[in-house]
Amino acid sequence: MKRVASILAGLVLALGACAPAAPRNTGVYLLLDTSGTYANELRKAETIILYTLARLEPSDSFAVARIDTGSFSEKDIVAKATFDDRPSTANTQKRAFAGEVRQFVEHSESAQYTDISGGLLQAIEFLNEKHPGRKTIMIFSDLKEDLAKGYVRDVPLDLKGFDVVALNVTKLRTDNFDPKEYMSRVDAWKAKVEQGGGRWRMINDLERLDGLL
Amino acid sequence: MGILLAITPWPAISALFWIVLAVAVLYLARHTAHQAIHITATALSRGLRIAAHSVGRGEAKLAARNREVLLAAGREAKERIVEREFVRVGESVRKDLANYPALHRALSESIARIEENHQNAVDVPPEAPGWVRAVEAVAEIDARKGGTEVLEDIHKSLVRAHKEAMEAYRAASSERHGLLRKMMPEWRVVLETLGYVSKSVESILTRAVAVDRHMQEYEDIVRGQDRAVSTLSSSSIVQFFVSALVLTVAIGGAAINFSLIARPMAEMVGGTSYIGSFRTANVAALVIIMVEISMGLFLMESLRITRLFPVIGALPDKIRVRMMWITFAILTLLASVEAGLAYMREVLLQDELATGALLRGENGGGLQNEYLWITTVAQMGMGFILPFALTFVAIPLETFIHSLRTVLGLAGIALLRFIALVLRVLSSICRHLGTLAQRLYDLPLFVPLWLEARMKHRSDTSSDLETASEVRT
Repeated sequence: MKRVASILAGLVLALGACAPAAPRNTGVYLLLDTSGTYANELRKAETIILYTLARLEPSDSFAVARIDTGSFSEKDIVAKATFDDRPSTANTQKRAFAGEVRQFVEHSESAQYTDISGGLLQAIEFLNEKHPGRKTIMIFSDLKEDLAKGYVRDVPLDLKGFDVVALNVTKLRTDNFDPKEYMSRVDAWKAKVEQGGGRWRMINDLERLDGLL
Repeated sequence: MGILLAITPWPAISALFWIVLAVAVLYLARHTAHQAIHITATALSRGLRIAAHSVGRGEAKLAARNREVLLAAGREAKERIVEREFVRVGESVRKDLANYPALHRALSESIARIEENHQNAVDVPPEAPGWVRAVEAVAEIDARKGGTEVLEDIHKSLVRAHKEAMEAYRAASSERHGLLRKMMPEWRVVLETLGYVSKSVESILTRAVAVDRHMQEYEDIVRGQDRAVSTLSSSSIVQFFVSALVLTVAIGGAAINFSLIARPMAEMVGGTSYIGSFRTANVAALVIIMVEISMGLFLMESLRITRLFPVIGALPDKIRVRMMWITFAILTLLASVEAGLAYMREVLLQDELATGALLRGENGGGLQNEYLWITTVAQMGMGFILPFALTFVAIPLETFIHSLRTVLGLAGIALLRFIALVLRVLSSICRHLGTLAQRLYDLPLFVPLWLEARMKHRSDTSSDLETASEVRT
């Protein structure tokens, strides 16, 4: 009887081991604001991208997209990759990714408008498609949205299970006159993300990126 | 409480009333209460004593079982030792005494030659001179009758004969000495041969003494003598700790082996797949190490160094040898795979360092070390050697398993003995607590008890007086 019980326990364990496990990989989507004077901050963004690349593991997904007039488009994706299962191939992919980003930073042009919501929608779509275990959207922007005429972005954001991290949220000239403008802008985005079910974080000190991922 | 004290207008009187009432009730119920306390304490005490007795019997059974196991293990081990000693004696006899006919022949030939030489070297005494009588006759001749010439001639002849005889004697002596000189090497050969025979015989005698000693110990074990059990028990404990120490070292070796191959395994089975909550690469590395250890076990079994699997030991020699070569080949293959993985590990490490340096914005792309090949070769060497080193885990593992049985038995005996002791102490405590509870019960009843004692004493005294008066009358 004891033997039968032990065999059954072994079978149960074996079946448990064969059951599909929850994904453990990470998906990161970085939105880069290229509008106006913020385009000058792209060198800092490159540092963040390289840091993120160093932290990502095989099977993780990473995409970098620019925010311009209409950001809800695959065309705005600067570089994207889902790293291979094998560490050596993943390293090769990371090196290629870093090269693409460097090229973009050197040759990017500033955009007229800033469609952050469109970029967020594109990020949600991209990450949902990849089915990662952890989903993180990083917004490298001053968070000042400026939509061109005809662009409708009053779409509710479904951010359940997403971490949204605002990076290097610089103060505008007008913010210096009235800081409430800056605070209300940040609060508005925080509220929008949390209403969508996401978790909001803001990191302005780029020297301390330990908690980024 | 207030109600109780309010039965009279004076609380002190009320309290006194209740105390007197309580004492009266307790005094009346004293006998029954004492019985109840006594029965409870005795029941608990007896229960605990019975439990202690049962545990003691269990301990005795376990000790007997442990003794049987110990004796069986000792008997088996001793049989193996005696068997090996006999094999050694057999080999010694085969090796040394196989040459005995040749030795005997050489010895006989040497002795025959010595005899022959000895025979030839016998000293032949010179014959008694025949002319002695002639000399006597001549001596009686009168010198004046011309005896002087005759004597001179005889003297000359004698001198010549003496010279010739001396020369012949010297030649014969020289020849004898030559023969005796020729005997010397033969003596040496005989001495060497006898020395060789003596050495062989001494070796066999030493082995015979060892066999005798082992047989004596074996007989002690078979008879189940306490001395043998005690020796086996202490030997088993020592073996347990020594084998545990060696196994700990082996586990360290296996851990290093694991770290050598776990990283490159990710290249083969993927770095992010999981089996349960464990990375597949780690599981695969662990499986390889376990397979190596299993192959090592089978190799040791095939070589009959260990006896963990009697089935392998009982296989026909041909199949056993074949199995030995197969396991050795698999082990070599796995060791080669490990050496390759160790090399791959170094390559991956360099690639990772280069990528890290690039992502940190360093231009060097990782430090170029000209002595890097040393670590690479060392890692490959370790990857190749460790599987073979782990093969020898089988020996301490066998000892550990065998001694574990005894050590667990001894630990079980000690535990049961401790439990029995605790139960006995608890039983005693219960009995004494019962007595104490009776005394504590009597404590508030000291007044009625004192009165009772006084009354009893008085009645005893009066009855004694009555008895005395009756006796007087």
